[in-house]
Amino acid sequence: MAKQSNVVGVRRHRAVRYNKWGLIFLIPFFSVYLVFNLVPLVTTIYRSFFEYYREGRKWIGPNFVGIQNFVKLFSDSRIWDYGMNTLIMWVIGFVPQILISLLLASWFSDTRFKIRGASFFKTVIYLPNLIMAAAFAMMFYSLFNSDGYITRIVQQLGWADDNFNFLNTVWGTRILVGFMNFLMWFGNTTILLMAGIMGIDVSLYEAAEVDGANSRQRFWRITMPLLKPIFVYVFITSLIGGIQMFDVPAILTKNAGTPLVGTKWTSMTLIMYLRQTLTSRDYGTSGALSVVLFAITGILSLVVYRLMYSKKAKEA
Amino acid sequence: MSKKNTIEANANRSRKIFAYIVLIFLTVLCLVWFYLLFLSATQSTAELTTSFKFTFGSHLVENFKNALNKTDLFRGLLNSVIISGACAILTTYFSTLTAYAIHAYDFRLKGFVFTFILAVMMIPSQVTILGFVDMLEFLGLRENYTGLIVPSIAAPVTFYYIKQYMESALPLSLIEAARIDGSGEFRTFNSIVLPLMKPAIAVQAIFAFVSQWNNFFVPSQIIIEKRELKTVALMIADLRSADFKSMDLGLTNMSIFIAIFPVVVMYLLLSKNIVGGLALGSVKG
Repeated sequence: MAKQSNVVGVRRHRAVRYNKWGLIFLIPFFSVYLVFNLVPLVTTIYRSFFEYYREGRKWIGPNFVGIQNFVKLFSDSRIWDYGMNTLIMWVIGFVPQILISLLLASWFSDTRFKIRGASFFKTVIYLPNLIMAAAFAMMFYSLFNSDGYITRIVQQLGWADDNFNFLNTVWGTRILVGFMNFLMWFGNTTILLMAGIMGIDVSLYEAAEVDGANSRQRFWRITMPLLKPIFVYVFITSLIGGIQMFDVPAILTKNAGTPLVGTKWTSMTLIMYLRQTLTSRDYGTSGALSVVLFAITGILSLVVYRLMYSKKAKEA
Repeated sequence: MSKKNTIEANANRSRKIFAYIVLIFLTVLCLVWFYLLFLSATQSTAELTTSFKFTFGSHLVENFKNALNKTDLFRGLLNSVIISGACAILTTYFSTLTAYAIHAYDFRLKGFVFTFILAVMMIPSQVTILGFVDMLEFLGLRENYTGLIVPSIAAPVTFYYIKQYMESALPLSLIEAARIDGSGEFRTFNSIVLPLMKPAIAVQAIFAFVSQWNNFFVPSQIIIEKRELKTVALMIADLRSADFKSMDLGLTNMSIFIAIFPVVVMYLLLSKNIVGGLALGSVKG
């Protein structure tokens, strides 16, 4: 008995001696995270309570104004308009993305339905995800502007008059942005959904087959219900990505969010708005807008965390 | 019975034909842009604006020479290679180290640390850019690569992927054995753990490289005045500020082509590992 407890004591002592290394190995990650993420978050929040901007050559502030920046931000119509633009362009990209990805994932993962060249197709559809969004948008700009390749083809075919320009129309611009987002992300979503489908227990399908279920029934009655958590994951992560939408519309419209209808910039996104406040040095508004975006993405992140990782974290 | 089978077989065949049509359509949709881009990179402005031929022009070499001589693009390529390469190395090394700390050791705050990293994984860097630029200003690091490279040491997503892989590929008994042989903890990590993690590290290194290569928003807020420090992405964005009517279109398209070419080649060479490896760490909830 005494001997045994002695052994335990030795082991515990050794474990403690090694385990300090766990903390040491975390130092680089956390010191960098502290300096470049946490402190900036705190200063961003701090700045959101101060009036601080440049007017001509004169700096106003910083003066503490409480929640005035937030009141101003929300009483101005811009955040609502730009939020709506962002949402619309995200939806235009997301709806076809999820439908096509689901279709492709179900084909690629169906063992009965052997698709020849599946790995070739997977390689191709993932490719646009790795292309520089700025270059992709520039490429689309050169094809779809008033003198672009595709504009001229459309004109020559007589589908539009000679002054037609995709980028001068509200929906032309929005659909182009949504389409580029679709193109860049559907391959990624397909692979996520495939991983989800492959994770489903094969015996469920076998049992269903024995019971006489055809492939359509197997898909709707087994695959779809079991994929629900992954759908939610894809939905929310894509929404978080959508809120960050910047490169494509910024390049396509030269940071302006054109076309202008009435007083509304119809393809200006939230991050483009953030950039605008930074460039014009309206730091109070930048701060307030950042805090709002942080809150939204933070809440969405928590949903993803609860859905996917909380069990994982407990196990560790 | 046999009749039912034929019906099912027929249905299956038409479903298959439909699948191939959709797949080929999507393939064209993904690739046609690159074809058009390359096509326009071979033509001169005059050729591009007068007619639209679907054949290759004769200005490929000229456009390339212009890109080489008239623009800073190759300086930008070099800058991007330096930044992206440094990020790829730092991100994978330190993410593996962090994952190893959580995987192989037991300490009091471990659960909290892991929860914290997972919870902040999705928060975008744009929302703290104001404070981030303040911090760089405070440290005297504006117009400097430090702000692009050093933060990549703390990469929650890479950490998570490598942690997932580590669970299946790194038995704790191996570490125990190394200890018995007298290997120090840091040496064990460098000479035993790192080599074992190679497949996961390779995939994540590529992703880190590519995402830094393509990164636009953050560098656009850091490198503003020093032209010689601009990355390829910033130079491509600058192309847009010229007026379209006065643009050298052949040169513009050549520049875009050069900017995406390295990534495309890298991807095509390694696509097997990338597409296969993607699912590995992604969803296993």
